[in-house]
Amino acid sequence: MKRLGAYWLMPELFEPRIVAFFCNWCTYLAADLAGTSRIKYAPNARVIRVMCSGRVDPQFVLEAFAHGADGVLIGGCHPGDCHYQEGNYSALRRFQLLKHLLKDMGIEEERFRLEWISASEGDKVRAVINDMVEKVRALGPLRKYPVVGGPLEEVAAYG
Amino acid sequence: MSPHDESASPVRVGVYVCHCGTNIAGTIDVHDVIAFSAALPNVALAREYKYMCSDPGQELIRKDIQEYNLDRIVVAACSPCLHERTFRHATEQGGLNPYYFQMVNVREHDSWVHTDKRAATQKAKDLIRAAVRRVKLHRPLERRRVAIKSEVLVVGGGIAGIHAALTLANAGKHVYLVEREPTIGGHMAQFDKTFPTLDCAACILTPKMTAVKSHPNITLWTLSEVAQVQGYVGNYTVTVRRKPRYVLEDLCIGCLECIEACVYKQAKVPDEFNLGLSKRKPVYISFPQAVPQVVVIDPETCIEFKSGKCKKTCVEVCGERNAIDFQQKEEIKTIEVGTIILATGFEVFDARRIPYYGYGVYPNVYTALEAERLTNASGPTGGEILLRDGRKPKSVGIIHCVGSRDEHTNRYCSRVCCMYSLKLAHLIKERTDAEVYNFYIDMRTAGKAFEEFYNRVAGGGMYLIRGKVADVCPAPNGDGRLMLQVEDTLLGMVRKIPVDLVVLATGLEPQKDAQEVRRLFNIGCSTEGFFLERHPKLAPVNTFTDGIFLAGCCQGPKDIPDTVAQAGAAAAESLALVDAGFVELEPNTAHVLEEVCSGCRTCIPVCPFQAISFVHEKNKAEVNEVLCKGCGTCVAACPSGSMQQNLFEDQEVFEEIGGVLAYA
Repeated sequence: MKRLGAYWLMPELFEPRIVAFFCNWCTYLAADLAGTSRIKYAPNARVIRVMCSGRVDPQFVLEAFAHGADGVLIGGCHPGDCHYQEGNYSALRRFQLLKHLLKDMGIEEERFRLEWISASEGDKVRAVINDMVEKVRALGPLRKYPVVGGPLEEVAAYG
Repeated sequence: MSPHDESASPVRVGVYVCHCGTNIAGTIDVHDVIAFSAALPNVALAREYKYMCSDPGQELIRKDIQEYNLDRIVVAACSPCLHERTFRHATEQGGLNPYYFQMVNVREHDSWVHTDKRAATQKAKDLIRAAVRRVKLHRPLERRRVAIKSEVLVVGGGIAGIHAALTLANAGKHVYLVEREPTIGGHMAQFDKTFPTLDCAACILTPKMTAVKSHPNITLWTLSEVAQVQGYVGNYTVTVRRKPRYVLEDLCIGCLECIEACVYKQAKVPDEFNLGLSKRKPVYISFPQAVPQVVVIDPETCIEFKSGKCKKTCVEVCGERNAIDFQQKEEIKTIEVGTIILATGFEVFDARRIPYYGYGVYPNVYTALEAERLTNASGPTGGEILLRDGRKPKSVGIIHCVGSRDEHTNRYCSRVCCMYSLKLAHLIKERTDAEVYNFYIDMRTAGKAFEEFYNRVAGGGMYLIRGKVADVCPAPNGDGRLMLQVEDTLLGMVRKIPVDLVVLATGLEPQKDAQEVRRLFNIGCSTEGFFLERHPKLAPVNTFTDGIFLAGCCQGPKDIPDTVAQAGAAAAESLALVDAGFVELEPNTAHVLEEVCSGCRTCIPVCPFQAISFVHEKNKAEVNEVLCKGCGTCVAACPSGSMQQNLFEDQEVFEEIGGVLAYA
């Protein structure tokens, strides 16, 4: 019960878990800049580096939700700034489609987000992650009840 | 396709957590993280060390690989942008493939951005768990070697571009120097004297300009702009647009007779080089020492272009030389270069943006660059400092930090203004014996011999008032002077000081088109809009795009000594690449698993580089590795999972996702 998951018993312990896919050239560097600028933000996001936001396969997003993420964030270069010319447009198109699909599956819109964050926008990393964490916190955990063989038992094991 | 044969002995991962002094260990409980890592499946060894990037830290990895029979390495330290190469190298030296390595960013992404130690420690554990799970699947990869072209493109012909071009040309490389203006020289050519030595800018700059023109290894293109950049490090194809000068460079001998002969008897057009303080004719040369020594015709104001009915006295006087060509058209040149140096310089802050200083409203408010032109012996007044009505000023106020260190304009310090203000104060004092006031926030004179210069000129009878001027307005007694209102923070009182002439020490800003240029060359900009270097300390002239380097003020405000030093560094970095003769490319390209590919061709249109083709005989897609830049967009698009990207294979990313989300 140290940190996550035991919120079925104690909702105030809920800490949202966000998986963030950041592109190597803009958003990952923005997060690095946030670091060198010592900008403080919520510790709930786990960044997975991809070369381009266009590499984010919709399956990655589904996999993250399936494994217990409460939110998924994709960060890419601003339109026109893609290091690979147009990978972020692919990301945008997939995002739009997937957003509708997720909604139909009962996953609230606030749980899935695409943001353009350039390498100079360290403060935007803070703003986006803090905002998303708060919104997802307000929604509560994605899994509203324990699943057999799911996180609850893992949590029990975790102590 | 299993990257690791499960029947063989299980993978043995070594996990290393860096303290980075207290940078990481101050926020993250490293001992706890080590205990956690050691218990992870497949982890054979977990160690902590104060500075993993140091030689002993790397040695640790090398030795452990041998001693503990490790076959995968995970290092949790700073950003991979900083030390991924370092640790891949250490992994390789230990006898493993360098790609049997995964880096975890627990400094920039964790310890530096969180204050809750428990949460930060947990985040580090999650990220390490993900890396351990992912690294198990890594496959050995080879870096591709591609031949590199030895030509270099230098964009911008200011002192930075000139110095870089000369350095490279002297090393025997062919350099294309592209400059937008009709002459090289940049801002430095407009200055009068340079601090702290007070040697004249022209005396030290013009010999270098001439050397550029006469150097056999330099192709100089003025009035030219880069239109397109394609390719990758070592093999860039660059399209340059050469605007017409309407004067044939090879035929013009720079006699300037055409300027004399122009039907405009009086110069009527504001002279760009003198910032509008003087006039020029439609046919002109920027300044007497311009390089190339060739006139230029401005089609906007030339009568021949406007009406087609000019007597063309310029053509007459040019006679047999026949250098004037009204039919000249824009030319498109395509060149192939190995590396590119950007030295596109800065723009002076537009003083109109601070309305209470009255620039553009009160005629006797000048910018510092205008004051430079006034003090310059070849400037519009022949070096005399004069008011607009021709009188000599009896008192002068220099306002520092105009457009710098101000949250309404630019927060950064422009670095040169204190020094050039002191220089201008000294020169004005020397030439007019006026009372000179410097209004400063802090006096910043850090640099070799700068403080000594400050002490020397400040002792020469000028007034230094610490305070930010709040207002410039006409003196209430109507004597035509300007009243400066300022809080003297050392006296603790508001003062009103009347002066004849105001000089605004305007700061340095990114070029107006810096964003377009950034896109053109596929590099980044910092928050202020200057081009972003790869690392502020360790790679100050590199960019995130390999083979593209920065020099001078396009990277941030700096003085001439620093600009020249940086230009030399950019040239050296360029040479290091070019002289190697080949370049190694990251192996993160896409490839097709033919047994799975159904030949649906979804991947082909999503590739921005036309790297994917369809092989009809096999009914499969095929990736051209040389063209592939490794974005992975096709991989995400592939419906069958047959398209894979090295280092970012689906399964590797899935493991990472599962890793960051697992509870234990």
